[in-house]
Amino acid sequence: MRDDKVRLGINELIAAYVDCIDDDRFEEWPDFFVDDCRYLITDRESHEAGLQHGIIYCASRGMLVDRVTTLRRVLMFEAHRYRHLVGPTRIVALDGKTAETRSNVFVARIMHDGGMGLFVTGRYLDRIDVSCEPYRFIERLVVLDSQKIDTLLVIPL
Amino acid sequence: MSVQDVRFDGAVNWPSNALSEVPFRVYTDPQQYALEQERIFKGETWSYLCLAGEIPNPGDWVATTIGEVAIIVARDEAGAINAFVNRCAHRGNLLCLRNRGHNREITCIYHGWSYDLAGRLTGVAFEKGVKREGGMAPEFHKDEHHLQRLRIEELCGLVFGTFSDDVADLQSYLGPVVVGGLKRVLEDRPVHIIGRSTQILPNNWKLYAENVKDTYHASILHSFLTTFRINRLSMPGSINISEDGGHHFSQAKLDYAAEDADYKAAQLRSDTDLKLEDNSVVESVDEFGDQVSVQILTVFPNMVLQQVRNTIAVRVIRPRGVDKTELDWVHLGFDSDDASMRERRLRQGNLIGAAGYISMEDGCVGGFVQRALQYNDDGDGVVMMGGHEAQSQTFRASEAAIRGFWKKYRAVTGA
Repeated sequence: MRDDKVRLGINELIAAYVDCIDDDRFEEWPDFFVDDCRYLITDRESHEAGLQHGIIYCASRGMLVDRVTTLRRVLMFEAHRYRHLVGPTRIVALDGKTAETRSNVFVARIMHDGGMGLFVTGRYLDRIDVSCEPYRFIERLVVLDSQKIDTLLVIPL
Repeated sequence: MSVQDVRFDGAVNWPSNALSEVPFRVYTDPQQYALEQERIFKGETWSYLCLAGEIPNPGDWVATTIGEVAIIVARDEAGAINAFVNRCAHRGNLLCLRNRGHNREITCIYHGWSYDLAGRLTGVAFEKGVKREGGMAPEFHKDEHHLQRLRIEELCGLVFGTFSDDVADLQSYLGPVVVGGLKRVLEDRPVHIIGRSTQILPNNWKLYAENVKDTYHASILHSFLTTFRINRLSMPGSINISEDGGHHFSQAKLDYAAEDADYKAAQLRSDTDLKLEDNSVVESVDEFGDQVSVQILTVFPNMVLQQVRNTIAVRVIRPRGVDKTELDWVHLGFDSDDASMRERRLRQGNLIGAAGYISMEDGCVGGFVQRALQYNDDGDGVVMMGGHEAQSQTFRASEAAIRGFWKKYRAVTGA
C-alpha cells in the first residue's frame, strides 16, 4: 500500500484546487503550482497522437498569473461559474519526491442567467511535488474527452 | 407595425445595391440558409478540404464537410487526391464513420457496396443473387453508380474542392493578390499539424466570416491587444481584397526591435499598469523578414489562414444550422522549425483558439448578435467604415473586406 499520509495530501491538493476555482478565488489558483510548472489543456486525440499543443499552454507560474489577470481585468465574456466533480484519484507512481496521479473530472458550466449544462469531461494527469507541504503540481495535463469547446474557455479547468 | 405588416414569407429583402447595408434577416432566415447551401457551398466556389499532408500515402483518407455536406478526401493507389460525397450510391448511407483512416477500398456497412479510392463503385454484395435467385436487375450497371465526385485543386499544400464544373481554376478564383498572401506564408515550406481544436459558435456562419474580415473590431473588442500594446489600428498595415471581393488578407506591421525595448522598459517601470508576468506568450521573431506581425487571409466561403506573430493556423468555418457554426482550428508548424521555434509557437498558441487571448471573444460576440436578432431581425446593419466600396486599402480602420464578402455573397446567391 502507498503511504496513507501522502495519499491524503494528494487528495487534499486536488480537492482544494477545484474548490478554489469553483469558489471564484482564481487569484489563489497559481499557488497550487511550483514556479517551474506546466499546465496544459489538451484533448485525448491530440494527447494520444503526441501533439504538444494545448488550447491553454502554460510553461511557467507567471503564465498562470497572466491567465488570472486577463480573466479578471482584460477579457470580455458573459459571467459564468464552474462546478467540478473529480472522481477518486489513482496514484500510478510514487517516489519520495514526486507522485504521478490520474483523476477523472466532469465540469458543469453555470451561466449568469441560470442556464447550465455539462461543459467538459476528461481527466487530470498530474505530477505532484510531495517532497514538502503543501503539495504542489509540477505538471497538470487536463486531457479532455472531446476536441469541441462550446463558445469559449476562459476560466481554468 | 400591425400583425398584418409582418412578413411571414421569410425572404431576405436587400435594401439597396449598396454593399454597406446588410439586412439582419440574412443571419436568421432558414430559407436563406438553405439557399446558401445550394448556391454557395455547392455552387461556384472553392471550399477548403484538408491539408495534403494529412493524407500522405495511398489509401489515406479524411472525412470532412463542405457546408453541411459530408465529403471524403482520399489518396488513391496512383497517388492522386480525390474527393467525393460521403454517401453510398445505393441507399444514401454514410460511408466513412470516422474522421480519418486508411483503407484500400471504402465499403458501406449497410449492404456491403464497395468503392475504390477514386469513388468508383467496384463491388455490389450479392450482385448476381444467392443460389441464382434475386440479384440486381439486368439493366443495373455498376459504372452508372459511382460516388458523386468533386473537382480538386491543391495550392501550397492546401486541398480545395468544388461541386461546380463551371467555376474557374483555383488560382483564377482567388486572384493574384490573395494567392500572393497565401504563398507568403506557405510556399516552399512543408507544414505539419501541431494541434487541433473545434470551437462551437452559437451564431450564423456569416457572422464569423465577417468577423475575420473586420479589422475595425480587433483593437476594440480584443482589449488584450491594447492593454499590452500589441496591435493598434495606428500600426502600419493594409487590407488587400480580391477583384470579386470574396477573398482578402489584412496585414499589420510591427517594429519588432522597438517592441522588445518597450517591454523591457515596461518591466522596469513601477507604475500600476497591467503587465504580463511572462512575456513569452507574445515574444516573437520576424519569421518572414517583412515585419508583418499579423496576416489574416480569407478564402470565400469557408477558410481562414492566419499568421498571428509566430502562430500559423488554418481555421475552417462549418455551418451547422442557422444559428450554429463549428470553427475548426488547425494549428501548424513548419517542418524546418527548430526547438525554440516549436516552443515559441506553443506558447503563442495561447493567443488563439477557443481559449485564445485575442480570439475567445469572437466565440461569444457572434452569439450576442444572434440573440439580439432573435425575432427582432428587421432593418439593416451598416458597414460604412472606410466608405462604400470593397477595394484594397492602405489603412485598417475600414470595413472594406466585409463589404467584399457581401459583394461576393450577392454575386454567388444572385441577390
